[in-house]
Amino acid sequence: MQVNIEVNGTSQSHDVEPRTLLVHYLREECDLTGTNIGCDSSSCGACTVHLNGEAVKSCTVFAVQADGQQVTTIEGLAPSDEQLHPMQQAFHECHALQCGYCTPGMVMAAVSLLDEVPDPTEREVRVGLEGNLCRCTGYHNIVKAVLEAAGGAR
Amino acid sequence: MTDVATHRRTGAPRVGESAPRPDGVAKVQGRFAFSSDLFAENLLWGQTIRSPHAHARIIDIDIREALSLPGVHAVLTADDVPGELHYGLEHQDQPVLAADVVRYFGEPVALVAADHPETARRAAAAVVVSYEPLTPLVDSALAAQADPIHPDGNVLRTLTIRHGDLDATAAVVVEGTYEVGMQDQAFMGPESGMALPSADGGVELFVSTQWLHADRRQVAGCLGLPEDMVRITLAGVGGAFGAREDLSLHVHLCLLSQHTGRPVKMVYRRPESFVGHVHRHPARMWYRHHADTDGTLVKVEARLLLDGGAYASSSLAVIANATCFAAGPYRVPHADIEGTVVRTNNPPCGAMRGFGAVQSCFAHEAQMDKLAAALALDPVELRRRNALATGDTLVTGQVITGAAPVAEVIDACASHPLPDLAAVDEQPMMHRPGGAGRTADAHHVRRATGFALGFKNLLFSEGFDDYSSAVCRLENGAVTITCACAEVGQGFVTLAQQIAREELGIDEIVLAPAETATVGSAGSTSASRQSWMSGGAVQAACRAVRGRVLQQVARRRGVALDGLVLRDGIIESLDGSVRVDLADAVDGPIEETAEYHHRPTQPLDENGQGDAHVSFAFAAHRAVVDVDPELGLVRVHDMTTAQDVGRVLNPLQAIGQIEGGTAQGVGLAVMEELIVEDGIIKNRSFTDYLIPTTLDMPTVRIAALIEEPEPDAPFGAKGIGEPPTISSTPAIVAALRAATGLELTRVPVRPQDIALPRS
Repeated sequence: MQVNIEVNGTSQSHDVEPRTLLVHYLREECDLTGTNIGCDSSSCGACTVHLNGEAVKSCTVFAVQADGQQVTTIEGLAPSDEQLHPMQQAFHECHALQCGYCTPGMVMAAVSLLDEVPDPTEREVRVGLEGNLCRCTGYHNIVKAVLEAAGGAR
Repeated sequence: MTDVATHRRTGAPRVGESAPRPDGVAKVQGRFAFSSDLFAENLLWGQTIRSPHAHARIIDIDIREALSLPGVHAVLTADDVPGELHYGLEHQDQPVLAADVVRYFGEPVALVAADHPETARRAAAAVVVSYEPLTPLVDSALAAQADPIHPDGNVLRTLTIRHGDLDATAAVVVEGTYEVGMQDQAFMGPESGMALPSADGGVELFVSTQWLHADRRQVAGCLGLPEDMVRITLAGVGGAFGAREDLSLHVHLCLLSQHTGRPVKMVYRRPESFVGHVHRHPARMWYRHHADTDGTLVKVEARLLLDGGAYASSSLAVIANATCFAAGPYRVPHADIEGTVVRTNNPPCGAMRGFGAVQSCFAHEAQMDKLAAALALDPVELRRRNALATGDTLVTGQVITGAAPVAEVIDACASHPLPDLAAVDEQPMMHRPGGAGRTADAHHVRRATGFALGFKNLLFSEGFDDYSSAVCRLENGAVTITCACAEVGQGFVTLAQQIAREELGIDEIVLAPAETATVGSAGSTSASRQSWMSGGAVQAACRAVRGRVLQQVARRRGVALDGLVLRDGIIESLDGSVRVDLADAVDGPIEETAEYHHRPTQPLDENGQGDAHVSFAFAAHRAVVDVDPELGLVRVHDMTTAQDVGRVLNPLQAIGQIEGGTAQGVGLAVMEELIVEDGIIKNRSFTDYLIPTTLDMPTVRIAALIEEPEPDAPFGAKGIGEPPTISSTPAIVAALRAATGLELTRVPVRPQDIALPRS
């Protein structure tokens, strides 16, 4: 099936198998490997991207479901490679990552969370990120980073 | 220190400061290339055919149909392994591909390479393996007497520690048996890598791993190639925690690439990852403690049985740790301890953060609480009275010569104020046991605290010649460090830069890729050893470069070498006649290689006695939990910790390690277990194998990082990765016992262990 998807602001057109998952489409057709696959069972959130501005786990969305819509991946979050999105900046400064495998998904989920709840409490951050697993950090620096990014945006 | 600071040019962080990760920007941008992101032209995809049985004889492998499928380029079996048929980290007993017998569920039997991952999966399904199922040996207690399931026998190692008077006893005796379930490292990035044929007939492998040179030795052996024809480069690693110390897909990728002459990539999915690496050893432990009425420990007896699963992996070292540290970080004058690790048809077990010390710490800390109860003593006070200190003797006869601020660790953790928690009925529902289940009734919930202390060795033990290598190159004022240390997330790349800046006073430090062809072994990223070992190698290489720079300056300027000092990038003579920037002091490049060895250790003798370990690190945790005893639901609210760290090299990273390590201890205490029935892992997904989420994770409060410098260690710094995972689990279970009055002798503690305890 032909799909036309606006990925990170650029219109893309590909012929995909209907069963292709959005995450595989992004990684293999668009060469956007920043979005990682951690679990294959929609448990870990490593593959979180934005579909029309809202966080989705891209392993639970078919590429064809994104036809005619906008997808933003971690690579499209900041205006350029030289610039970091405030959430990326906060993750880097707060040491909110170690291996970094969960980071793209975690950052995308956190940005989406702040869109919905611009000034969250620590608890709201934790509830908002419950679907994203991290094995390295114990989450505290991740929560700090999100609160920091929210504070910076205020 | 003011004059030093004035020499600083840009103030890039040095040792002791919270330098940011050099890979941090790429990681937050999604530009960091993990091993799953690799690509090459003409790429083929590999797939592994695995045993569905825990134990079976292979009657026949029919590859004809698979080979005939369009897009399939190779189907390989054990017959296609050109070199050694077996590999292993310490003991070469694991087949590259099973030939006649499969010994665990998920054991690799055949390999496929195809032009698309889906084709490879379909081809894998088309390989017909005929098995004659055999009765699996799954009970570790029966293994020693059972028929051998491997030519090397079922007992991998027994280690006996006999120390002092074995007949000693004392007024108070407590006894107990304990169990630890099988934990998975559950790193976020499943196994993946890519192999490419190289022009000389050798192979290049890009892979996520913990020990490049040990991989090379094993891969080259199995391929029948000299080591210099196998070049391994570290690809981006999505966490490790011990699970990447053994080979997984390394040889398989190279075989397929050698066979097809094309690049081959493999990526495990999560269910395959769960059978694709070793796990933490399940343990059964019997203990008897003897103490005087004042609480002074007199004797510890223990029998430890670890289930190593089908192949040895690092079991021999794991049982050594479990046994050597079985008595805990206490003065114990008499000890009778025996540890055995056996082979079964369960999943192979090996390294995981804490490495043997986790299992015995759970038992010895439960015993200390039991003893405190029998003595009517405060559990913390009992630990304080028996705490090891520098100069004390371990049950292995080794005298602790390095830092052992155990009393300080205990006091800092125990005296830290309790967290300011709302009363149970004033807490939001989500904070109660059961959380989103909204089932715990506030009136039923009981709150309690528990305390635990743990320790383990740093670096490799028992006479192993453990070393790391690094190259420092100074050219045009820029420094490049080359070291094969596997960065797995722990932050060695940050420390390497900090150390080089510290030694040379140059801010810009470039780290070359970690690979086997450009530098010698860095040893394993395990045993909390890389800050010390590879940190030591980087420091030594930088110092060697500094020495040569000073020699050149002395010769050219006609000043005495011993009159020159290098401080913060400036070379000065004491008489003031020379003052030159290090970056400008020399013309051509200067390169030095250093190999750092720690002081030698000894094997343990037949009584388990000997100076087998280099150094020890200690940590304490205090847990605060809420429990609903009727429903068996638990909420871990707070983990307060103190740790013996020698010296903090990077505060942000040190705290990150402690928080992350504590999280894995929380998981083992109340959440994480691989359910293995008749050798089959039942919960091979993150839907069924639960690791802590943001909501499960308690607060982690660091009461103190005790900085008593370790005399032998570079900068006095001890490794910090493992201790947080050791004492966290028993502290939580101690709190659960205090809340419920139950014995809770097994981790993870499941709801039924609390709600429906076996009487």
